[in-house]
This record gives sequence, structure tokens and C-alpha cells, in this order.
Amino acid sequence: MRIPCPFCGPRGNDEFTYLGDATMRRPDPAAPEAMQAFHDYVYLRENPSGLHQELWFHGSGCRRWLVVTRNTRTHEIAEVKFAQRGGEA
Amino acid sequence: MKYSVFSLLGQALRGHTGWTPAWRKAEPKAEYDVVIVGGGGHGLATAYYLAKEHGITNVAVLEKGYIGSGNAGRNTTIIRSNYLLPGNEAFYELSMKLWEGLEQDFNYNAMVSQRGVLNLYHSDAQRDAYARRGNSMRLHGVDAELLDRAAVRRMVPYLDFENARFPIHGGLLQRRGGTARHDAVVWGYARGADMRGVDIIENCEVTGIDIRNGYVTGLDTTRGAIRAKKIGLAVAGNTSRVASLAGLRLPIESHVLQAFVSEGIKPAIDCVVTFGAGHFYISQSDKGGLVFGGDIDGYNSYAWRGSLPVIEDVMEAGMALWPGLGRIRMLRQWGGLMDMSMDGSPIIDRTPVDGLYLNCGWCYGGFKATPASGWCFAHLIARDEPHAVAAAMRLDRTVSGALIDEKGAGAQPNLH
Repeated sequence: MRIPCPFCGPRGNDEFTYLGDATMRRPDPAAPEAMQAFHDYVYLRENPSGLHQELWFHGSGCRRWLVVTRNTRTHEIAEVKFAQRGGEA
Repeated sequence: MKYSVFSLLGQALRGHTGWTPAWRKAEPKAEYDVVIVGGGGHGLATAYYLAKEHGITNVAVLEKGYIGSGNAGRNTTIIRSNYLLPGNEAFYELSMKLWEGLEQDFNYNAMVSQRGVLNLYHSDAQRDAYARRGNSMRLHGVDAELLDRAAVRRMVPYLDFENARFPIHGGLLQRRGGTARHDAVVWGYARGADMRGVDIIENCEVTGIDIRNGYVTGLDTTRGAIRAKKIGLAVAGNTSRVASLAGLRLPIESHVLQAFVSEGIKPAIDCVVTFGAGHFYISQSDKGGLVFGGDIDGYNSYAWRGSLPVIEDVMEAGMALWPGLGRIRMLRQWGGLMDMSMDGSPIIDRTPVDGLYLNCGWCYGGFKATPASGWCFAHLIARDEPHAVAAAMRLDRTVSGALIDEKGAGAQPNLH
């Protein structure tokens, strides 16, 4: 599998480290249901069979975090953005 | 038909024309007491023990492909009970005891071979960690021996003992561990369940789960609707997908794990050996092929195939352990889907939906667990209470904090 890094160009996936689901958002610890929200944030996953937004770190390249949209059935990559600053370089 | 030396001799005299299929091609009935979703080892073992141990025979096993087409035919066939934590060890030891009597119990040759599982250590710290695990095993009444370098060398003299970076200092040996023929395990359970009246329905994919007033009432499948009083899910690899039909969101990610077989060679390795300095394990099949594997690929996947960097990593670990492997050609490689749970341990539990039971999260250790998984899941479904040795394998342990994390890696599925 090759990941088209927006800064470095297409690179083998062994240059990257995988974190997981990029749609998880850290909950507000002051919210009334914070315990439940943190549990769901840490442990529960959609785990889709199909398009999945996921965080990859390009440790052997530009050392940037990427949000990769990838089909988990075919490993085809639909979109790659930087994780910071709304995907801008 | 009971298999025995007499049935074999009788068939030999008749030119082997009288053998019958090991199980019927059952058509789905309108209603069952229990429907097991997933015709892998765990689902079939559950149906078998429901019929045999609990007398519940109005049971169907639904399989979206054919028996043996999934992870049951895609593993490295190792059986062992060398775990550290109390929530796991008693369960895997029950599995080991069931393996030891399995062939006589279901009258099928599963080629269970207690050839020993040897975990190598390469440093003083690793020796201490293995000694601790061995002591934990012995406290649970399980066999474990800590071997020094000379004893390991007598067993497997061709390994790279003088490796400059990872010299072999010794190993933790479980002599009762070993291998079993993975296909024969599912075939044996399928046949045993079928003989007791269980319907095994292949090419039948579940497309919906009906819930009324918080209680399951049946399923929609590609072969029509089926009513069910109780439903058990044993669909590791696709657990999130199937459970989402009942509105559940689970602490599971699906990952791909690759396994490898070399060309057949003469008998070379008569036990299972695991490398302690990298993730690599190897044994030899009765056909002569070396069977080995390593890490999962490490990212969510339903693709049933892996990528090249992990193949390279596994081969490098193999060469570091056993340099002679470089003279042998790899014959084939395949991928299976793993239910990676958040603490690396499985779940056998009720769900928030009454009548719906869950068996999942086997990570890459599901094969060895097959008999105990079926035994405990059948107990849970039949009596609506967990079996004592699986009582810690709860779905809500991420809420309670009573996690079973053998590696202490935390809630990061690809690290378990």
C-alpha cells in the first residue's frame, strides 16, 4: 500500500505509523456526561467496512500527521489531508 | 456414521463407495430456539456444545460463505494455554483440556499434536518476565518449564544462539501445547453438531436483526427471514458490521493478519517456537511445510490480504531466529480478519439487547480458544449466566475498568 503524502508524494506505508479513527473528538471534561463521553471516545469505534477516515503519522518523511480517507475493503485511498489547520499545508 | 477402524476397513472392502457427507446441506426452517451467526470454529463449537452438553438441538448455524472459508482456515493452528492473567489463564486451560479429549469426544481426527510450545527469551529481563508467566501458569495448575540455553539447544540446535543482537538465553516451554489441523476442527464440530440435529446453513448472510421491546425476535438473511428466541454472534472479523445491525457500537477494530507456508521439506522442527526479540512464530505441518507468522498489518482492514512491509518484517525476524530459513522458498501467504479488542482479550457476554449474545474480540488468538469459546458461549446462551472461567470476559469491562490487558499496551488495538 502506498500513501500519497501531500508534502512528500506517494510513499510506501512502512514510512508511516497508524493511530486509528480520525473522526473521534476529545469530549469536554466539564460536560455533564463526561465520563460516558470519554469512555466512548477511548474505547468505542465505528470500524466501518468501506471508507474510513484515519490518522497516519509520516515519521520517515515530513513528520506531519495526515488524515487519510481509505476504503478498508480494497485499501484504495480516496483522499489525504494534513490533520492540522483544516488540512492546509 | 461413526468413524472407527472398523468403518474404515468396511469401506476399504467396498471401494470407499459408502461414505456419506459429514453434514447435511440444511435448508433454513422458519424458527429456531437458538441461531448462531457465524459458521467458524467458535460458532460450530457453540452449536455442538449446546446440543451435547445442554440438550438444546433446535439450533441453526448461519454461515455467509462455506464452512472453513474464513479465519478457521486462515490461522497458524497453534494451541497453548500459556497466559499470565487470572481472567485469561483458566479459560485457555479449559480449552487445552478440551483439545486433549476433542477427537474422542467428537469422533473426528483433528490431528491434535501436543508437540510443545517454546517461547524464547533473549535477555535477563525477558527471562524474569517469562519466569513470572510460567509461575502464574503453574499456580493455575498448568505445565510450564523454564529452560536454559543448553536445554533449548538440545531441542532446536539450528537456531542462531550466538546472534550478536539477540542471543538466545533460554525459553519457556509448555509441553502440552502444540498444533491441531484447523480445517478438521471445524469439520469435526460441524459433523458433531449436525449429528445431534443442528442445522448448518451455508451461503446464508445475515442482513438484519429484528428487535421488539428490547428483545431479539429473529433475523433477516439472504435466504429469508428466520425467527429465533436467542441469537449468538460468533463472527470475529466482522463483529462490528453484524452487531451494528442490532444498533451496537463495540470496542473492536478489524485488522488483517498474514500467515505463511514454505515449500514442504523433511521433518525439521518438531515443536512450535516463538522468537522473543521480534514477533515471529513457526512450526511444521505434517505435510512438511513450515507454517509461520508475525505481526498484524496494523491498520483497519476488511480486505483479507496484507501488504509487503509486514511480509519483509516477518521474514527478517525468521532469518534472525533461524538463518537456515533463507534456503527455503515461501510457497504461499494469506490474510485473515482479526477482531482486535481494546485490551487484547476476548468478549463472551450478554449485550444490552435481551436474547442477543456476543462472542468476539479474539485478536489473533482465536484458534486455540475454539473449544472453550464454544463451551462457555453455549453455557452463557443456555443458562443466561457466564461460565466461571469466562466470567471476566465482559463487554462492559471498558466501563468498569476491569480490563484484561496481557501486554499492558492500553486502548490501542494494533498494539495488542
